[in-house]
Formats: sequence, C-alpha cells, structure tokens
Amino acid sequence: MESIKKSKFNDTVMQSVFFMSAFVSVLAVIAISLFLFLRGIPAIAEIGFMDFVFSEKWGPVNTPASYGILSMIVGSIYVTAGAIVIGVPVGLMCAVFLAEFCPEGIYKIVKPAVNLLAGIPSIIYGFFGMQIVVPFVRDNVGGNGYSILSASIILGIMILPTIISISESSIRAVPESYKEGSFGLGATKEETIFKVVVPAAKSGVLTAIILGIGRAVGETMAVVMVAGNAVMPLDKIALLKPIRTLTTNIVTEMSYASGLHESSLIATGVVLFVFIVILNASLSLIKFRSSRN
Amino acid sequence: MENKEKMKIENINLYYGEFQALKNINMNINENEITAFIGPSGCGKSTLLKSLNRMNDLVEGVKIDGKILLDDVDIYKDMDATVLRKRVGMVFQKPNPFPMSIYDNVAYGPRTHGIKQKSRLDEIVEQSLRSAAMWDEVKDRLKKSALGMSGGQQQRLCIARAFSVNPEVILLDEPTSALDPISTMKIEDLLVEIKDNYTIIIVTHNMQQATRVSDKTAFFLHGEVVEFNETEKLFSLPKNKKTEDYITGRFG
Repeated sequence: MESIKKSKFNDTVMQSVFFMSAFVSVLAVIAISLFLFLRGIPAIAEIGFMDFVFSEKWGPVNTPASYGILSMIVGSIYVTAGAIVIGVPVGLMCAVFLAEFCPEGIYKIVKPAVNLLAGIPSIIYGFFGMQIVVPFVRDNVGGNGYSILSASIILGIMILPTIISISESSIRAVPESYKEGSFGLGATKEETIFKVVVPAAKSGVLTAIILGIGRAVGETMAVVMVAGNAVMPLDKIALLKPIRTLTTNIVTEMSYASGLHESSLIATGVVLFVFIVILNASLSLIKFRSSRN
Repeated sequence: MENKEKMKIENINLYYGEFQALKNINMNINENEITAFIGPSGCGKSTLLKSLNRMNDLVEGVKIDGKILLDDVDIYKDMDATVLRKRVGMVFQKPNPFPMSIYDNVAYGPRTHGIKQKSRLDEIVEQSLRSAAMWDEVKDRLKKSALGMSGGQQQRLCIARAFSVNPEVILLDEPTSALDPISTMKIEDLLVEIKDNYTIIIVTHNMQQATRVSDKTAFFLHGEVVEFNETEKLFSLPKNKKTEDYITGRFG
C-alpha cells in the first residue's frame, strides 16, 4: 500500500519535471517575444510604421533623427539571396554525391568535414572572410572587398552543412523502387537522380533551403566582419558595394545607442523576428503538404 | 507453328558473392508468347528475370557468366544497359509509380529518350494508357498525382509506363502479388490481349495464374530449371517428380 502510494507520488513528480522541462522552451519563446514586442512596438509606433519599415533614411544621431530601415531589410534579403545562389547548388550537388556516388573511403572524409563546417564558430567564418574572401574579391572582382558578394560567399559556405545534411538524408529516403522504375525504362543514373530522385526528395530539399535561409538571415558576426556595414541608399546598393543588414545594424550600434535609438534597434529585431516566423510558417506548410501526399 | 526465338539464355550461372543463385540455365523465350517462371521463394526465378534486362547490375557483388541473347545480340557484351532496358521493359512486384502526375509517369520514359514535342508525348501517353486499358479511367485526371490511385491502378499505370518506350519484351516480376483478385484479373486479361505485339515473361507465385495466362512455363528449384515446357503439358503431365510435387502442392 505504502509502496504504491510512493510510486504514484514518484510518477507525479517525474511527470511534472518532464512537463516543466518541456515548458522551458515554450517559456523562453514567450519571454523573448514579449521582450521584443513590448520594447519594439512602442518604438515603431513612435517612429511611425511607414517611416520605420519603408524609409531608407537611417540617421538616429542626426537632428532631426530618422529611423528608416528599408535599406537594411533589402540588405538582408540580398545577402541571403546571394547565400542561397551560392550555397544551394553546391550543397545539393554535394548531397547527391554523398548519397548516390560517393565511394565509402571518400565518404569517411567528406561527411565529417561537412559536420565540422557546421561546428565552426561564426567569428572564425568572419575572420576567414575578412582575411581571405575580402582581399580576394577586392583583387579579382572589384570594389574594396567589403561587399554583398563577400557576405554572400561566407554565408553560402555557412549554410552548406544545413543544406547538405538535410538534402542528403531526404535523398537517401527516396525508395529504391523509384530508381528501379527509372532504370527499368532505360534511364541513365544521372537522369534517374535528377529527374526522379531529387524531385522525389523535393520537400526535404525545400526544408533544407528554408533552414539555410533562416541561418543566413539571422547570421550576424560573420556578416559584420565582411559586409562593410555602410547604410546604402537603395539606388546605390550593388554587389560589390558595402551593405548593412538587419542583424549588423543592431550589433554595430547597440553599444552606444540609448533612448529611442536603442528601442529602434530592438524594433529592428522585431522585423527580423517576423522574417523568421514567416520562414517557420512556410516550413510547417511544406511539412503539412508533404505529409498529406 | 513455333514462334521465332526472341531471347536465348545460354549456360547462365549467377553468383551473389559466394552463393550461386542460378545454375547452368538454358532456355529459349519465344516471341509473342507468354512465358511463366514458377517455383518456391528463393528458387532463382526473379534473379533470372532481372538478368534479362540487367537489373542485376545494380546489385553489388553479382557475378554472372554465360550468355543472354536478344535477337542474337549478347546483352552483356554487345549492348548498352540503357538500350537493353528500353527494349526489355520491366514491371515490378510492388507498384512503383513515380511521385508525379499520371501523365508525367507515362511521359517519363519517352522524355528520357529524347522526345520533347508536346503533341508527340500526348500521343504516346494516350496510346500507352489505352494499351493498358485504363485510358477511359484516367483521361480526365492525367494531371493528378499517380500516388492517389488504388494499388491495381498504380500497377496498370506501371504497365502503361513500360509500354511508353515501345519495348519488345516485357518482364513482369510477380506483378499481381500485391493486388486484389479483380485488379489481378484485369492485368491477366491485359497480358493475354497484348501478347501478339510483345514477348512477355512473368514470374509468379500463383500457379493458377501461370495456367491462365502463359503459353510456356518454367519450373525453378534451387537455382535450376527443373522443367520447361508448354504450360498445358507441364501442368497436366509433368515429366519430373519434383515438378509434380510442386504443382500438386506437396511443397512450396
């Protein structure tokens, strides 16, 4: 009798421990959202939504001050798009190679290398970018090197592990029977992979791309070191010119900002957060649609 | 009158690593006939079938010696596997339509072999689906996913897909084992209907199926062909004791 009571008691205790642990992450999300919105929304209201999001004039220490972040929104979109243009083809090809062509000996080298790439701290990417990519771009492509192009290259490399591992596992998950069906019709291995296997792994590849976008859009340290961080008027934004993104805007000015300037940086975070929420929503949509098929 | 010999299998021995799966197989497959391979699981019938269009190439550690001739050309020595597989099509045990639309499933083969013209593809898709006796069923939903169809429909789609590259020989690996009796009947009727234009080889677990559709039957046991004869004779007057035991259900 006593022991039953005791084990029931243990059950209840353990269940609440599990529940609390699960609740920590929910609580964290709620706390972060609350912080962002409670501090950011009033700033947006004070600046005016249109003047904040759709103005390219950023001069928080000018008189009168202006707080337009359109240029940084566009900047974030450009470097992320650049990262996708560079990272997705390379990552997808690498995933196809690993899943379909790679001899075991080489797999043992490439796979850990890819995993290691994921573990390298972003400051190291930034350093590498600063010391190698920026001079390379300056000497071989043009401009002073601190540019959208350099940031895209670094981000393109940074998203590779995400793209590669998720694409690889979704390509591996394609049933062998699809391949047999294609071979049975006289298709070559390349045709089979690009016309049947990769399309069949589509939802996984899309997931990989969206997670890659999420990583690129949120990356700060590596970007701040290679992008030049100048706020560019929209009509001056170019591949070889410096750029400021949403994240680098925050990190560049946070140390000395105060008052509305500080709040406007938090509001910049709100915009970034909205981007991430949209990405996650599209991820859920993809999962929903692929599970329905 | 005997039909022309379409495929010749000469002294085929096949090994999976150390294991010998086929032992000295000799057989001629006649044109415009249905040949059935029967026998218990693991007897080598599917292995031989897959050797006929070199699907065994995809399996690691397979070694094959002997000769298989298609219209007197050695398919292992003098023919590219993709050319061979276009001429010798295959339908698998489990229906395996691609995760695409019905139309794209059938158009996949011709596209792969370089046909791009829309009107030509439309024509091939319709023709292939008609040959598989399912045009009327699916003509209004060609753009729908093939995965939304029933198992029987999927399998007939796979047969239509095999037709699409205009093969000469069609190999079927237990094509109805996953299907209900009505779908099975539809496919059997279809095979009998089309045999005048093709050479058909079917692996089956189901002896009734062999008697219903095939002209010739080969009985396999432990990697050997025990008996190969006209279906009627093999089932009514088996020459070999083992064949008799198998077809009367004493083992298998």
